[in-house]
Amino acid sequence: MASLSPTVRLQPPAPTDVVTVAHPELITLDRLSLWYGAAQALKDISFGIRERLVTAFIGPSGCGKSTLLRCLNRMNELIEGVRLSGTVRIAGQDIYAPGVDVIELRRRVGMVFQRSNPFPKSVYENIAYALRLQGVRRRRELDEVVEKSLRAAALWDEVKDRLHASALGLSGGQQQRLCIARAIAVQPDILLMDEPASALDPIATAKIEDLILDLKRDYTIVIVTHNMQQAARISDYTAFFYLGELIEYDTTARLFTNPARKQTEDYVTGRFG
Amino acid sequence: MNPAPTARLRGELTTRHREPVSFFCTGLTGLATLLILAMLGLILANIAWHGAGSLSPRFIFGSADRDMFDPAKAAVGPMVFGTAARVILMTLFVIPIGVSTAIYLTEYARGTSWWTRGLRSAVNNLAGVPSIVFGLFGLGFFVSAVGGSLDALIYPGNPKPVWGKPALIWASLTLAVMTLPVVIVATEEALRAIPVGLREASLALGATKWQTVVRVVLPQALPGILTGGILAVSRAAGEVAPILFTGVAYYMASLPRSLTDQFMDLAYHVFVLSTQAPDVDKSRPILYGTVVVLLLLTFALNVVAILIRARVRRRLRQLG
Repeated sequence: MASLSPTVRLQPPAPTDVVTVAHPELITLDRLSLWYGAAQALKDISFGIRERLVTAFIGPSGCGKSTLLRCLNRMNELIEGVRLSGTVRIAGQDIYAPGVDVIELRRRVGMVFQRSNPFPKSVYENIAYALRLQGVRRRRELDEVVEKSLRAAALWDEVKDRLHASALGLSGGQQQRLCIARAIAVQPDILLMDEPASALDPIATAKIEDLILDLKRDYTIVIVTHNMQQAARISDYTAFFYLGELIEYDTTARLFTNPARKQTEDYVTGRFG
Repeated sequence: MNPAPTARLRGELTTRHREPVSFFCTGLTGLATLLILAMLGLILANIAWHGAGSLSPRFIFGSADRDMFDPAKAAVGPMVFGTAARVILMTLFVIPIGVSTAIYLTEYARGTSWWTRGLRSAVNNLAGVPSIVFGLFGLGFFVSAVGGSLDALIYPGNPKPVWGKPALIWASLTLAVMTLPVVIVATEEALRAIPVGLREASLALGATKWQTVVRVVLPQALPGILTGGILAVSRAAGEVAPILFTGVAYYMASLPRSLTDQFMDLAYHVFVLSTQAPDVDKSRPILYGTVVVLLLLTFALNVVAILIRARVRRRLRQLG
Protein backbone atom coordinates (compact mmCIF):
# COMPACT_ATOMS: atom_id res chain seq x y z
CA MET A 1 0.00 0.00 0.00
CA ALA A 2 2.99 2.29 0.42
CA SER A 3 3.17 2.65 -3.31
CA LEU A 4 -0.41 3.97 -3.17
CA SER A 5 0.64 7.14 -1.45
CA PRO A 6 -1.65 9.81 -2.90
CA THR A 7 1.20 12.18 -3.60
CA VAL A 8 2.49 9.87 -6.30
CA ARG A 9 1.82 11.57 -9.62
CA LEU A 10 0.60 9.25 -12.23
CA GLN A 11 1.49 10.91 -15.47
CA PRO A 12 -0.76 9.94 -18.33
CA PRO A 13 1.44 7.62 -20.33
CA ALA A 14 1.48 8.41 -23.99
CA PRO A 15 1.32 5.30 -26.14
CA THR A 16 2.80 7.09 -29.11
CA ASP A 17 4.24 10.49 -29.76
CA VAL A 18 1.31 11.29 -31.99
CA VAL A 19 -1.03 11.38 -29.01
CA THR A 20 1.04 13.93 -27.14
CA VAL A 21 1.27 16.21 -30.13
CA ALA A 22 -2.31 15.93 -31.39
CA HIS A 23 -3.80 15.77 -27.92
CA PRO A 24 -1.90 18.01 -25.54
CA GLU A 25 -2.96 18.18 -21.92
CA LEU A 26 -5.92 20.56 -21.58
CA ILE A 27 -7.01 20.11 -17.98
CA THR A 28 -4.44 19.79 -15.24
CA LEU A 29 -5.41 18.79 -11.73
CA ASP A 30 -2.79 19.44 -9.11
CA ARG A 31 -3.15 18.07 -5.57
CA LEU A 32 -6.88 18.69 -5.63
CA SER A 33 -8.70 17.95 -2.38
CA LEU A 34 -12.30 18.68 -1.55
CA TRP A 35 -14.33 18.57 1.64
CA TYR A 36 -18.08 18.57 2.22
CA GLY A 37 -18.07 20.10 5.67
CA ALA A 38 -15.72 17.83 7.63
CA ALA A 39 -15.91 14.87 5.24
CA GLN A 40 -13.14 14.71 2.68
CA ALA A 41 -14.51 13.62 -0.69
CA LEU A 42 -11.41 14.06 -2.84
CA LYS A 43 -7.88 13.37 -1.66
CA ASP A 44 -4.92 14.99 -3.28
CA ILE A 45 -5.75 14.24 -6.87
CA SER A 46 -3.23 15.06 -9.59
CA PHE A 47 -3.41 14.16 -13.23
CA GLY A 48 -3.95 15.64 -16.68
CA ILE A 49 -6.79 15.29 -19.17
CA ARG A 50 -5.93 15.41 -22.86
CA GLU A 51 -7.55 17.49 -25.53
CA ARG A 52 -10.13 16.01 -27.93
CA LEU A 53 -10.10 12.59 -26.38
CA VAL A 54 -12.65 10.85 -24.18
CA THR A 55 -11.56 10.42 -20.60
CA ALA A 56 -13.69 8.19 -18.39
CA PHE A 57 -13.94 8.37 -14.60
CA ILE A 58 -14.85 5.02 -13.09
CA GLY A 59 -15.15 3.69 -9.56
CA PRO A 60 -17.74 2.47 -7.09
CA SER A 61 -20.49 4.75 -5.78
CA GLY A 62 -19.20 7.43 -3.46
CA CYS A 63 -15.67 7.30 -4.83
CA GLY A 64 -15.76 10.99 -5.72
CA LYS A 65 -15.90 10.72 -9.52
CA SER A 66 -18.99 12.92 -9.91
CA THR A 67 -17.64 15.34 -7.34
CA LEU A 68 -14.43 15.64 -9.31
CA LEU A 69 -16.35 16.17 -12.55
CA ARG A 70 -18.26 19.00 -10.93
CA CYS A 71 -14.99 20.63 -9.90
CA LEU A 72 -14.17 21.16 -13.56
CA ASN A 73 -16.98 23.69 -14.14
CA ARG A 74 -17.26 24.82 -10.53
CA MET A 75 -20.76 23.37 -10.09
CA ASN A 76 -19.65 22.21 -6.65
CA GLU A 77 -19.90 25.78 -5.48
CA LEU A 78 -23.69 25.48 -5.46
CA ILE A 79 -23.49 23.15 -2.47
CA GLU A 80 -23.20 24.69 0.95
CA GLY A 81 -20.08 23.97 2.96
CA VAL A 82 -17.79 22.87 0.12
CA ARG A 83 -14.09 23.59 0.62
CA LEU A 84 -11.35 22.96 -1.86
CA SER A 85 -7.56 22.98 -1.99
CA GLY A 86 -5.11 22.44 -4.81
CA THR A 87 -5.58 23.72 -8.34
CA VAL A 88 -7.52 22.93 -11.48
CA ARG A 89 -6.01 24.49 -14.57
CA ILE A 90 -7.67 24.57 -17.95
CA ALA A 91 -5.31 25.56 -20.75
CA GLY A 92 -2.96 26.79 -18.07
CA GLN A 93 -5.50 29.03 -16.35
CA ASP A 94 -6.32 28.27 -12.73
CA ILE A 95 -10.13 28.20 -12.85
CA TYR A 96 -10.40 28.85 -9.11
CA ALA A 97 -8.24 31.98 -9.28
CA PRO A 98 -9.98 35.13 -8.02
CA GLY A 99 -10.28 36.83 -11.41
CA VAL A 100 -12.02 33.95 -13.16
CA ASP A 101 -15.57 34.55 -14.35
CA VAL A 102 -17.57 31.44 -13.50
CA ILE A 103 -20.19 32.31 -16.14
CA GLU A 104 -17.57 32.36 -18.88
CA LEU A 105 -16.01 29.17 -17.47
CA ARG A 106 -19.32 27.33 -17.72
CA ARG A 107 -19.74 28.46 -21.32
CA ARG A 108 -16.36 26.92 -22.10
CA VAL A 109 -17.05 23.79 -20.07
CA GLY A 110 -20.48 22.35 -20.87
CA MET A 111 -22.22 19.73 -18.82
CA VAL A 112 -24.68 16.89 -19.38
CA PHE A 113 -26.34 15.42 -16.33
CA GLN A 114 -27.25 11.95 -15.20
CA ARG A 115 -30.96 12.60 -15.39
CA SER A 116 -31.88 14.35 -18.59
CA ASN A 117 -33.15 17.76 -17.60
CA PRO A 118 -34.60 19.58 -20.60
CA PHE A 119 -36.36 22.82 -19.74
CA PRO A 120 -40.15 22.58 -19.93
CA LYS A 121 -39.96 24.61 -23.11
CA SER A 122 -40.02 23.72 -26.76
CA VAL A 123 -37.19 21.76 -28.39
CA TYR A 124 -36.17 24.96 -30.16
CA GLU A 125 -36.18 27.10 -27.01
CA ASN A 126 -34.11 24.53 -25.12
CA ILE A 127 -31.27 24.95 -27.61
CA ALA A 128 -31.76 28.68 -28.02
CA TYR A 129 -31.77 29.24 -24.24
CA ALA A 130 -28.05 29.78 -23.77
CA LEU A 131 -27.83 32.02 -26.83
CA ARG A 132 -30.73 34.14 -25.66
CA LEU A 133 -28.92 34.53 -22.34
CA GLN A 134 -26.03 36.00 -24.27
CA GLY A 135 -28.40 38.41 -25.95
CA VAL A 136 -28.64 36.76 -29.36
CA ARG A 137 -32.00 37.75 -30.81
CA ARG A 138 -31.66 37.42 -34.56
CA ARG A 139 -33.95 34.66 -35.72
CA ARG A 140 -31.64 33.53 -38.52
CA GLU A 141 -28.71 33.10 -36.17
CA LEU A 142 -30.83 31.19 -33.66
CA ASP A 143 -32.31 28.96 -36.37
CA GLU A 144 -28.84 28.17 -37.61
CA VAL A 145 -27.43 27.24 -34.21
CA VAL A 146 -30.49 25.16 -33.35
CA GLU A 147 -30.18 23.13 -36.53
CA LYS A 148 -26.41 22.76 -36.24
CA SER A 149 -26.57 21.66 -32.62
CA LEU A 150 -29.39 19.19 -33.24
CA ARG A 151 -27.54 17.74 -36.20
CA ALA A 152 -24.36 17.45 -34.14
CA ALA A 153 -26.35 15.59 -31.48
CA ALA A 154 -27.84 13.25 -34.11
CA LEU A 155 -31.31 14.42 -33.24
CA TRP A 156 -32.22 16.70 -36.12
CA ASP A 157 -34.00 14.12 -38.26
CA GLU A 158 -36.13 12.98 -35.37
CA VAL A 159 -37.29 16.41 -34.20
CA LYS A 160 -37.10 18.71 -37.20
CA ASP A 161 -40.88 18.59 -37.60
CA ARG A 162 -41.60 19.23 -33.96
CA LEU A 163 -39.12 21.94 -33.07
CA HIS A 164 -41.82 23.97 -31.41
CA ALA A 165 -43.43 21.13 -29.48
CA SER A 166 -42.56 20.61 -25.85
CA ALA A 167 -39.23 18.93 -25.18
CA LEU A 168 -40.90 16.89 -22.47
CA GLY A 169 -42.75 14.95 -25.17
CA LEU A 170 -39.50 13.39 -26.40
CA SER A 171 -38.39 9.92 -25.34
CA GLY A 172 -35.78 9.55 -22.60
CA GLY A 173 -32.95 8.98 -25.06
CA GLN A 174 -34.06 11.89 -27.24
CA GLN A 175 -34.25 14.13 -24.18
CA GLN A 176 -30.70 13.24 -23.23
CA ARG A 177 -29.46 13.94 -26.77
CA LEU A 178 -31.37 17.22 -26.62
CA CYS A 179 -29.44 18.06 -23.45
CA ILE A 180 -26.21 17.28 -25.31
CA ALA A 181 -27.34 19.50 -28.20
CA ARG A 182 -28.18 22.23 -25.71
CA ALA A 183 -24.73 21.94 -24.15
CA ILE A 184 -22.89 22.17 -27.47
CA ALA A 185 -25.01 25.07 -28.74
CA VAL A 186 -22.71 27.45 -26.82
CA GLN A 187 -19.71 25.81 -28.51
CA PRO A 188 -17.80 24.82 -25.39
CA ASP A 189 -14.30 23.35 -25.53
CA ILE A 190 -14.96 20.71 -22.95
CA LEU A 191 -18.02 18.53 -22.38
CA LEU A 192 -18.56 16.99 -18.97
CA MET A 193 -20.97 14.07 -18.84
CA ASP A 194 -22.20 12.67 -15.56
CA GLU A 195 -23.43 9.13 -16.29
CA PRO A 196 -25.34 10.39 -19.31
CA ALA A 197 -26.75 6.99 -20.26
CA SER A 198 -27.40 5.42 -16.88
CA ALA A 199 -31.16 5.95 -17.12
CA LEU A 200 -31.49 4.82 -20.73
CA ASP A 201 -32.27 1.53 -22.44
CA PRO A 202 -29.52 -0.26 -24.43
CA ILE A 203 -30.56 1.16 -27.81
CA ALA A 204 -30.68 4.74 -26.57
CA THR A 205 -27.38 4.12 -24.77
CA ALA A 206 -25.77 2.92 -27.99
CA LYS A 207 -26.91 6.12 -29.72
CA ILE A 208 -25.39 8.26 -27.00
CA GLU A 209 -22.14 6.30 -27.19
CA ASP A 210 -21.95 6.73 -30.97
CA LEU A 211 -22.60 10.39 -30.47
CA ILE A 212 -19.79 10.70 -27.93
CA LEU A 213 -17.34 9.05 -30.32
CA ASP A 214 -18.52 11.52 -32.95
CA LEU A 215 -18.21 14.54 -30.72
CA LYS A 216 -14.68 13.85 -29.58
CA ARG A 217 -13.39 15.17 -32.89
CA ASP A 218 -14.39 18.65 -31.74
CA TYR A 219 -14.67 18.42 -27.99
CA THR A 220 -12.67 17.22 -25.04
CA ILE A 221 -15.02 14.85 -23.28
CA VAL A 222 -14.89 13.78 -19.68
CA ILE A 223 -17.45 11.15 -18.78
CA VAL A 224 -18.38 9.61 -15.46
CA THR A 225 -19.76 6.12 -15.84
CA HIS A 226 -20.79 3.18 -13.74
CA ASN A 227 -20.70 0.95 -16.74
CA MET A 228 -17.26 -0.50 -17.29
CA GLN A 229 -18.08 -1.84 -20.74
CA GLN A 230 -19.10 1.66 -21.66
CA ALA A 231 -15.82 3.11 -20.42
CA ALA A 232 -13.95 0.44 -22.35
CA ARG A 233 -15.96 1.10 -25.53
CA ILE A 234 -15.79 4.84 -25.74
CA SER A 235 -12.90 6.25 -23.73
CA ASP A 236 -9.27 6.75 -24.62
CA TYR A 237 -8.12 7.28 -21.06
CA THR A 238 -9.63 5.99 -17.87
CA ALA A 239 -9.19 7.16 -14.30
CA PHE A 240 -10.15 4.77 -11.53
CA PHE A 241 -11.17 6.29 -8.21
CA TYR A 242 -11.74 4.67 -4.88
CA LEU A 243 -12.80 6.44 -1.67
CA GLY A 244 -11.82 9.85 -2.98
CA GLU A 245 -8.40 8.78 -4.23
CA LEU A 246 -7.14 8.41 -7.74
CA ILE A 247 -5.97 4.81 -7.77
CA GLU A 248 -4.90 4.51 -11.36
CA TYR A 249 -4.92 6.57 -14.51
CA ASP A 250 -3.88 5.15 -17.82
CA THR A 251 -4.94 4.56 -21.39
CA THR A 252 -8.20 2.68 -21.34
CA ALA A 253 -6.66 -0.25 -23.15
CA ARG A 254 -3.91 -0.68 -20.57
CA LEU A 255 -6.09 0.01 -17.54
CA PHE A 256 -8.58 -2.65 -18.52
CA THR A 257 -6.16 -5.29 -19.78
CA ASN A 258 -3.06 -4.77 -17.73
CA PRO A 259 -3.76 -2.59 -14.71
CA ALA A 260 -0.82 -1.67 -12.52
CA ARG A 261 -2.70 -1.94 -9.25
CA LYS A 262 -4.48 -4.81 -7.62
CA GLN A 263 -7.49 -2.66 -6.66
CA THR A 264 -8.00 -1.58 -10.25
CA GLU A 265 -7.83 -5.13 -11.44
CA ASP A 266 -10.35 -6.27 -8.83
CA TYR A 267 -12.72 -3.51 -9.85
CA VAL A 268 -12.51 -3.83 -13.62
CA THR A 269 -12.88 -7.58 -13.41
CA GLY A 270 -15.97 -7.13 -11.30
CA ARG A 271 -14.63 -8.57 -8.08
CA PHE A 272 -15.89 -5.57 -6.10
CA GLY A 273 -17.76 -2.32 -6.60
CA MET B 1 -49.69 -33.42 7.16
CA ASN B 2 -49.97 -30.02 5.58
CA PRO B 3 -52.42 -29.64 2.73
CA ALA B 4 -50.87 -29.15 -0.69
CA PRO B 5 -49.42 -25.62 -1.12
CA THR B 6 -51.91 -24.55 -3.78
CA ALA B 7 -54.91 -25.61 -1.73
CA ARG B 8 -53.48 -24.03 1.41
CA LEU B 9 -52.67 -20.79 -0.40
CA ARG B 10 -56.13 -20.60 -1.95
CA GLY B 11 -57.64 -21.06 1.49
CA GLU B 12 -55.47 -18.32 2.97
CA LEU B 13 -56.06 -15.86 0.20
CA THR B 14 -59.82 -16.20 0.46
CA THR B 15 -59.95 -15.83 4.24
CA ARG B 16 -61.65 -12.58 5.12
CA HIS B 17 -59.78 -10.51 7.69
CA ARG B 18 -62.15 -8.46 9.75
CA GLU B 19 -60.62 -5.47 11.39
CA PRO B 20 -63.13 -3.81 13.70
CA VAL B 21 -60.74 -0.99 14.64
CA SER B 22 -60.04 -0.11 11.03
CA PHE B 23 -63.73 -0.24 10.22
CA PHE B 24 -64.57 2.00 13.15
CA CYS B 25 -61.87 4.58 12.25
CA THR B 26 -62.94 4.72 8.61
CA GLY B 27 -66.47 5.37 9.76
CA LEU B 28 -65.36 8.07 12.18
CA THR B 29 -63.29 10.02 9.64
CA GLY B 30 -66.12 9.72 7.13
CA LEU B 31 -68.56 11.04 9.69
CA ALA B 32 -66.35 14.04 10.41
CA THR B 33 -66.21 14.83 6.69
CA LEU B 34 -69.97 14.55 6.43
CA LEU B 35 -70.38 16.89 9.40
CA ILE B 36 -68.28 19.56 7.73
CA LEU B 37 -70.21 19.21 4.50
CA ALA B 38 -73.48 19.46 6.39
CA MET B 39 -72.37 22.63 8.22
CA LEU B 40 -71.21 24.29 5.01
CA GLY B 41 -74.47 23.31 3.31
CA LEU B 42 -76.50 24.60 6.23
CA ILE B 43 -74.73 27.96 6.27
CA LEU B 44 -75.04 28.45 2.52
CA ALA B 45 -78.67 27.32 2.45
CA ASN B 46 -79.56 29.63 5.32
CA ILE B 47 -77.91 32.62 3.66
CA ALA B 48 -79.38 31.87 0.26
CA TRP B 49 -82.86 31.29 1.72
CA HIS B 50 -82.95 34.62 3.53
CA GLY B 51 -80.88 36.64 1.08
CA ALA B 52 -82.06 35.54 -2.34
CA GLY B 53 -85.19 37.64 -2.10
CA SER B 54 -83.38 40.93 -1.90
CA LEU B 55 -81.01 40.20 -4.79
CA SER B 56 -81.65 42.34 -7.85
CA PRO B 57 -79.45 44.28 -10.25
CA ARG B 58 -80.58 47.47 -8.48
CA PHE B 59 -79.52 46.06 -5.10
CA ILE B 60 -76.14 44.78 -6.28
CA PHE B 61 -75.07 47.67 -8.49
CA GLY B 62 -77.23 50.59 -7.37
CA SER B 63 -75.81 53.48 -5.35
CA ALA B 64 -76.23 53.44 -1.61
CA ASP B 65 -79.01 55.47 -0.05
CA ARG B 66 -78.44 57.60 3.01
CA ASP B 67 -81.04 55.45 4.73
CA MET B 68 -79.14 52.19 4.48
CA PHE B 69 -81.65 50.20 6.51
CA ASP B 70 -84.75 50.54 4.33
CA PRO B 71 -85.19 47.43 2.18
CA ALA B 72 -87.01 49.44 -0.47
CA LYS B 73 -84.09 51.82 -1.02
CA ALA B 74 -81.02 49.86 0.07
CA ALA B 75 -78.32 49.01 -2.49
CA VAL B 76 -74.72 47.87 -2.13
CA GLY B 77 -73.08 49.03 -5.40
CA PRO B 78 -70.46 51.22 -3.71
CA MET B 79 -69.67 48.43 -1.26
CA VAL B 80 -69.10 45.98 -4.11
CA PHE B 81 -66.80 48.51 -5.71
CA GLY B 82 -64.93 49.24 -2.47
CA THR B 83 -64.38 45.58 -1.57
CA ALA B 84 -63.27 44.70 -5.09
CA ALA B 85 -60.94 47.70 -5.18
CA ARG B 86 -59.27 46.99 -1.85
CA VAL B 87 -58.78 43.30 -2.67
CA ILE B 88 -57.37 43.93 -6.15
CA LEU B 89 -55.08 46.70 -4.88
CA MET B 90 -53.92 44.42 -2.08
CA THR B 91 -53.03 41.76 -4.67
CA LEU B 92 -50.89 44.29 -6.54
CA PHE B 93 -48.92 44.94 -3.33
CA VAL B 94 -48.75 41.50 -1.81
CA ILE B 95 -47.76 39.45 -4.88
CA PRO B 96 -44.54 41.30 -5.79
CA ILE B 97 -43.40 41.64 -2.18
CA GLY B 98 -44.36 38.11 -1.19
CA VAL B 99 -42.84 36.52 -4.28
CA SER B 100 -39.62 38.49 -3.88
CA THR B 101 -39.34 37.40 -0.27
CA ALA B 102 -39.93 33.77 -1.20
CA ILE B 103 -37.32 33.98 -3.97
CA TYR B 104 -34.83 35.40 -1.50
CA LEU B 105 -35.59 32.71 1.06
CA THR B 106 -35.41 29.73 -1.29
CA GLU B 107 -32.89 30.81 -3.92
CA TYR B 108 -30.47 33.15 -2.23
CA ALA B 109 -30.51 32.82 1.56
CA ARG B 110 -28.43 30.05 3.09
CA GLY B 111 -30.91 27.57 4.50
CA THR B 112 -29.12 26.89 7.74
CA SER B 113 -28.11 30.37 8.84
CA TRP B 114 -29.72 31.95 11.91
CA TRP B 115 -30.79 34.87 9.72
CA THR B 116 -32.84 32.68 7.38
CA ARG B 117 -34.33 30.69 10.22
CA GLY B 118 -35.24 33.93 11.97
CA LEU B 119 -36.82 35.27 8.82
CA ARG B 120 -38.88 32.10 8.35
CA SER B 121 -40.15 32.12 11.91
CA ALA B 122 -41.01 35.81 11.51
CA VAL B 123 -43.14 34.94 8.49
CA ASN B 124 -44.86 32.15 10.42
CA ASN B 125 -45.48 34.43 13.39
CA LEU B 126 -46.93 37.05 11.08
CA ALA B 127 -49.50 34.45 10.01
CA GLY B 128 -50.59 33.99 13.60
CA VAL B 129 -51.19 37.66 14.44
CA PRO B 130 -54.91 38.47 14.98
CA SER B 131 -56.33 40.65 12.23
CA ILE B 132 -57.40 43.43 14.60
CA VAL B 133 -53.73 43.87 15.48
CA PHE B 134 -53.02 44.42 11.79
CA GLY B 135 -55.77 47.06 11.82
CA LEU B 136 -54.10 48.90 14.67
CA PHE B 137 -50.69 48.50 13.04
CA GLY B 138 -52.10 49.91 9.80
CA LEU B 139 -53.49 52.92 11.63
CA GLY B 140 -50.26 53.56 13.51
CA PHE B 141 -47.83 52.83 10.71
CA PHE B 142 -49.48 53.51 7.36
CA VAL B 143 -52.06 56.18 8.25
CA SER B 144 -50.17 58.12 10.91
CA ALA B 145 -46.51 57.48 10.26
CA VAL B 146 -46.31 57.04 6.47
CA GLY B 147 -49.33 59.16 5.56
CA GLY B 148 -48.46 61.84 8.10
CA SER B 149 -44.87 62.07 6.85
CA LEU B 150 -46.05 62.28 3.23
CA ASP B 151 -48.31 65.17 4.17
CA ALA B 152 -45.52 66.92 6.01
CA LEU B 153 -43.27 66.47 2.98
CA ILE B 154 -45.66 67.31 0.14
CA TYR B 155 -48.02 69.79 1.79
CA PRO B 156 -46.08 71.49 4.58
CA GLY B 157 -48.26 73.84 6.54
CA ASN B 158 -51.51 72.42 5.19
CA PRO B 159 -53.67 71.60 8.22
CA LYS B 160 -56.01 69.28 6.31
CA PRO B 161 -54.49 65.81 5.89
CA VAL B 162 -54.42 64.35 2.38
CA TRP B 163 -52.43 61.15 2.93
CA GLY B 164 -52.49 61.11 6.71
CA LYS B 165 -56.04 59.81 7.09
CA PRO B 166 -57.77 56.47 6.54
CA ALA B 167 -57.78 55.71 2.81
CA LEU B 168 -58.20 52.96 0.23
CA ILE B 169 -54.44 52.64 -0.22
CA TRP B 170 -53.71 52.22 3.50
CA ALA B 171 -56.46 49.62 3.91
CA SER B 172 -55.09 47.70 0.94
CA LEU B 173 -51.53 47.89 2.26
CA THR B 174 -52.65 46.71 5.69
CA LEU B 175 -54.39 43.75 4.09
CA ALA B 176 -51.28 43.08 2.01
CA VAL B 177 -49.14 42.87 5.17
CA MET B 178 -51.70 40.52 6.69
CA THR B 179 -51.76 38.17 3.69
CA LEU B 180 -47.98 38.25 3.07
CA PRO B 181 -47.33 34.94 4.87
CA VAL B 182 -49.92 33.19 2.70
CA VAL B 183 -48.23 34.32 -0.51
CA ILE B 184 -44.69 33.71 0.81
CA VAL B 185 -45.43 30.17 1.97
CA ALA B 186 -47.30 29.22 -1.24
CA THR B 187 -44.53 30.66 -3.42
CA GLU B 188 -41.80 28.97 -1.40
CA GLU B 189 -43.53 25.64 -1.82
CA ALA B 190 -43.90 26.21 -5.56
CA LEU B 191 -40.23 27.15 -5.87
CA ARG B 192 -39.05 24.18 -3.86
CA ALA B 193 -41.10 21.80 -6.01
CA ILE B 194 -39.00 22.72 -9.06
CA PRO B 195 -36.32 20.08 -9.60
CA VAL B 196 -32.73 21.04 -8.77
CA GLY B 197 -31.80 19.57 -12.14
CA LEU B 198 -33.50 22.42 -14.00
CA ARG B 199 -31.58 25.03 -12.04
CA GLU B 200 -28.33 23.13 -12.61
CA ALA B 201 -29.03 22.82 -16.33
CA SER B 202 -29.42 26.58 -16.58
CA LEU B 203 -26.38 27.41 -14.44
CA ALA B 204 -24.22 24.91 -16.33
CA LEU B 205 -25.05 26.78 -19.54
CA GLY B 206 -23.53 29.93 -18.12
CA ALA B 207 -26.69 31.53 -16.79
CA THR B 208 -26.44 33.72 -13.74
CA LYS B 209 -28.52 32.86 -10.72
CA TRP B 210 -30.88 35.71 -11.47
CA GLN B 211 -31.32 34.65 -15.13
CA THR B 212 -32.06 31.14 -13.90
CA VAL B 213 -34.68 32.41 -11.47
CA VAL B 214 -36.39 34.64 -14.01
CA ARG B 215 -36.27 32.37 -17.06
CA VAL B 216 -36.55 28.87 -15.65
CA VAL B 217 -37.74 28.87 -12.05
CA LEU B 218 -40.40 31.59 -11.94
CA PRO B 219 -42.36 30.53 -15.05
CA GLN B 220 -42.63 27.03 -13.60
CA ALA B 221 -43.68 28.37 -10.21
CA LEU B 222 -46.36 30.68 -11.60
CA PRO B 223 -49.34 28.36 -10.95
CA GLY B 224 -48.20 27.92 -7.34
CA ILE B 225 -47.78 31.67 -6.95
CA LEU B 226 -51.29 32.20 -8.29
CA THR B 227 -52.58 29.69 -5.76
CA GLY B 228 -51.03 31.88 -3.09
CA GLY B 229 -52.80 34.87 -4.62
CA ILE B 230 -56.12 33.03 -4.58
CA LEU B 231 -55.71 32.13 -0.91
CA ALA B 232 -54.78 35.72 -0.08
CA VAL B 233 -57.84 37.07 -1.91
CA SER B 234 -60.15 34.64 -0.10
CA ARG B 235 -58.63 35.54 3.23
CA ALA B 236 -58.75 39.29 2.67
CA ALA B 237 -62.17 39.69 1.06
CA GLY B 238 -64.12 38.94 4.22
CA GLU B 239 -61.86 40.73 6.68
CA VAL B 240 -63.21 43.74 8.53
CA ALA B 241 -60.77 44.31 11.37
CA PRO B 242 -57.75 45.38 9.26
CA ILE B 243 -59.72 48.00 7.35
CA LEU B 244 -61.72 49.28 10.31
CA PHE B 245 -59.30 52.08 11.23
CA THR B 246 -57.40 52.29 7.98
CA GLY B 247 -59.89 53.16 5.27
CA VAL B 248 -63.47 51.96 5.47
CA ALA B 249 -66.32 54.49 5.67
CA TYR B 250 -69.74 54.06 7.25
CA TYR B 251 -71.41 56.00 4.49
CA MET B 252 -70.18 57.94 1.47
CA ALA B 253 -72.35 59.79 -1.02
CA SER B 254 -70.06 58.92 -3.95
CA LEU B 255 -67.50 56.32 -4.98
CA PRO B 256 -63.86 56.83 -4.01
CA ARG B 257 -62.10 58.78 -6.72
CA SER B 258 -58.51 58.37 -5.64
CA LEU B 259 -56.31 56.11 -3.53
CA THR B 260 -56.50 58.60 -0.69
CA ASP B 261 -60.30 58.46 -0.50
CA GLN B 262 -62.16 56.29 1.95
CA PHE B 263 -64.47 53.56 0.67
CA MET B 264 -67.54 51.58 1.63
CA ASP B 265 -67.17 47.86 2.03
CA LEU B 266 -69.39 44.76 1.92
CA ALA B 267 -67.91 42.98 4.93
CA TYR B 268 -68.01 46.12 7.03
CA HIS B 269 -71.55 46.79 5.82
CA VAL B 270 -72.62 43.39 7.15
CA PHE B 271 -71.25 44.47 10.50
CA VAL B 272 -73.07 47.81 10.28
CA LEU B 273 -76.37 46.19 9.29
CA SER B 274 -76.23 43.71 12.13
CA THR B 275 -75.28 46.19 14.85
CA GLN B 276 -76.60 49.62 13.84
CA ALA B 277 -80.03 48.89 12.33
CA PRO B 278 -82.88 50.63 14.16
CA ASP B 279 -85.29 47.79 13.26
CA VAL B 280 -83.33 44.55 12.95
CA ASP B 281 -86.25 42.47 11.66
CA LYS B 282 -87.11 44.94 8.94
CA SER B 283 -83.56 45.23 7.61
CA ARG B 284 -82.73 41.54 7.93
CA PRO B 285 -83.30 40.84 4.18
CA ILE B 286 -80.67 43.52 3.34
CA LEU B 287 -78.25 41.93 5.80
CA TYR B 288 -78.59 38.52 4.19
CA GLY B 289 -78.57 40.02 0.71
CA THR B 290 -75.29 41.77 1.48
CA VAL B 291 -73.79 38.52 2.75
CA VAL B 292 -74.81 36.79 -0.48
CA VAL B 293 -73.23 39.55 -2.54
CA LEU B 294 -70.03 39.32 -0.47
CA LEU B 295 -69.87 35.57 -1.05
CA LEU B 296 -70.58 36.01 -4.75
CA LEU B 297 -67.87 38.65 -5.08
CA THR B 298 -65.29 36.50 -3.28
CA PHE B 299 -66.30 33.62 -5.50
CA ALA B 300 -66.04 35.74 -8.65
CA LEU B 301 -62.56 37.03 -7.71
CA ASN B 302 -61.48 33.45 -7.05
CA VAL B 303 -62.91 32.25 -10.35
CA VAL B 304 -60.96 34.92 -12.21
CA ALA B 305 -57.73 33.89 -10.48
CA ILE B 306 -58.41 30.21 -11.06
CA LEU B 307 -59.08 30.83 -14.75
CA ILE B 308 -55.78 32.71 -15.06
CA ARG B 309 -54.00 29.84 -13.32
CA ALA B 310 -55.60 27.27 -15.61
CA ARG B 311 -54.45 29.26 -18.61
CA VAL B 312 -50.91 29.49 -17.28
CA ARG B 313 -50.87 25.73 -16.59
CA ARG B 314 -52.10 24.98 -20.08
CA ARG B 315 -49.44 27.20 -21.60
CA LEU B 316 -46.73 25.59 -19.48
CA ARG B 317 -47.85 22.15 -20.53
CA GLN B 318 -47.96 23.07 -24.21
CA LEU B 319 -44.77 25.05 -24.43
CA GLY B 320 -43.18 27.31 -21.89
